[in-house]
Amino acid sequence: MSGGAVALPEGNKSMAVIRDVMPAFELFQPTSIEDAQAVLNRYGAEAWVLAGGLDSFDWLKDRIRRPQAVVDLSGIAALKGIRERDGGLEIGAMTTLTEVVRHPVVRERYSILLEAAEAAASPQIRNQGTIGGNVSQDTRCWYYRAGWPCYRAGGNICYADTPESINREHAILGADRCVAVNPSDTAPALIVLDAQMVIRTADGGERTVNAEDYFVGPGVNITRMTILEPGDILTAVRLPPTWAGARFYWEKVRDRQVWDFALVSVASAMRLTGSTIDRIRIAVNGVAARPLRLAAVEALVEGRPRNESTAVVAANLAIEGAQPLRFNAYKMPLMRNLVKRAIRGVEATTWTS
Amino acid sequence: MSLSRRNFIKGVIAGGAVASSAAYLFRGTGSLLGQSSAPGSVDRLLTLTVNGQTRRVDVLKQETLAMTLRYKLGLTGTKLGCDRAECGACTVLIDDVPHYSCSVLTHTVRGRRIVTIEGLEAPGGVLHPVQQAVVDEQGFQCAFCLPGFVMAAVGYLKTNPTPTRDELAHGISGNLCRCQDYDKILTALMRGAEYMRRTT
Repeated sequence: MSGGAVALPEGNKSMAVIRDVMPAFELFQPTSIEDAQAVLNRYGAEAWVLAGGLDSFDWLKDRIRRPQAVVDLSGIAALKGIRERDGGLEIGAMTTLTEVVRHPVVRERYSILLEAAEAAASPQIRNQGTIGGNVSQDTRCWYYRAGWPCYRAGGNICYADTPESINREHAILGADRCVAVNPSDTAPALIVLDAQMVIRTADGGERTVNAEDYFVGPGVNITRMTILEPGDILTAVRLPPTWAGARFYWEKVRDRQVWDFALVSVASAMRLTGSTIDRIRIAVNGVAARPLRLAAVEALVEGRPRNESTAVVAANLAIEGAQPLRFNAYKMPLMRNLVKRAIRGVEATTWTS
Repeated sequence: MSLSRRNFIKGVIAGGAVASSAAYLFRGTGSLLGQSSAPGSVDRLLTLTVNGQTRRVDVLKQETLAMTLRYKLGLTGTKLGCDRAECGACTVLIDDVPHYSCSVLTHTVRGRRIVTIEGLEAPGGVLHPVQQAVVDEQGFQCAFCLPGFVMAAVGYLKTNPTPTRDELAHGISGNLCRCQDYDKILTALMRGAEYMRRTT
């Protein structure tokens, strides 16, 4: 990729820059949410919220973002741990993915979240990465991550959507100028579990939103992945009993079975009577800037038998309106087949191209 | 006297030349060494527990644990490969749990137990069972990735002392070997698991 007249990130201008530490910042390690928000409010746009750090450090090491103040949430006990609540679970936002995977109630009643969290990244990353960070992480579009001044970065062009762009991993649905995708593995699982995201707003209030409404696409806000406003902190994820112990399906397709982000992932939760689908929730990720709940597919299959023809009709509906870019048309059959499997199960379906 | 890179780095550190070497290592990042503290933020001087020892060290706010271990404490067994939480060469144990030390801020591990590859052997130079197994099986080629693999395996075996080969492969899947020596590495680490069961 040639630099041209485009301003490159500073690190690219000179050779042999030792890039192993980050630019200087002031570090704050508050022990309460209130103290954290006081720092966030004081520094405004110059503040950076640090959870596990696996997304953050790339931004900082690459010198693409240079916050004045980093607020490390790891010292806030109120953000950690998994508690039973209202017949379900409340998972603190700073709970690591490994802790989620090992929790007996997650294993027993919300096993789709276990599968999704276990599929994220690598063991070391799951030992450090948090569920709050996993759902709040930024997109991995490498044009954007490399500091190119694209729409998402406040510019007026998308570098991933040109005739020469390398866009194999990008969006096929819901693109609006930006074609980046959401990389979260736990997000589609949380959507089908009807999880509630608990947010402490910058003014100290608390609001709760459905998981599917936590994520925003470029049509709503092209510079953000979530509804979090500056100064807001995601404090917990609540799992209601609604879908506990349902028939779950989870699958993530990626180039390498470890570390990689999803090319396409799918999650479903189903309640059956005999072989009839009474209720279903289904969501996909890796195909749009936000994880997508497939409400039209749900409406179509509810009340139908769980069989091949239902799965085929549903899968075709799922990709309706999809618009591939130059290198990602494969995502259409991939998503179609994953939706089929999510309805029919893995053994019973045949792959169709 | 032969001067290896390892001994050179250690010598520089032992010689009290930390400030000057840090200025070299951290060049291009501005005058970090002169930065001041703002009210309400953390102190730069902190106490770390590394390999059972208490170490007092001056750490930059933005410094990663891998840098502190290698260039402030001289523990060069912890390798820096990608510095991006991808390769696992920098894996250390924090409270018995494997972490990529390139992606941990040193200031976030105050009061926690850090164990590096140097901290595995018992007093008197008796190798840890996993280290002994690596020696016995000769599981590695260039072995740059070895400390990371061994630390990842030791950490994983604390949660599952009797893994199948597949389970151990999954447990150490966060580490890369550019020699593509995975099969032999896994054989060596499986033997390490066996040695550990014998010694406990």
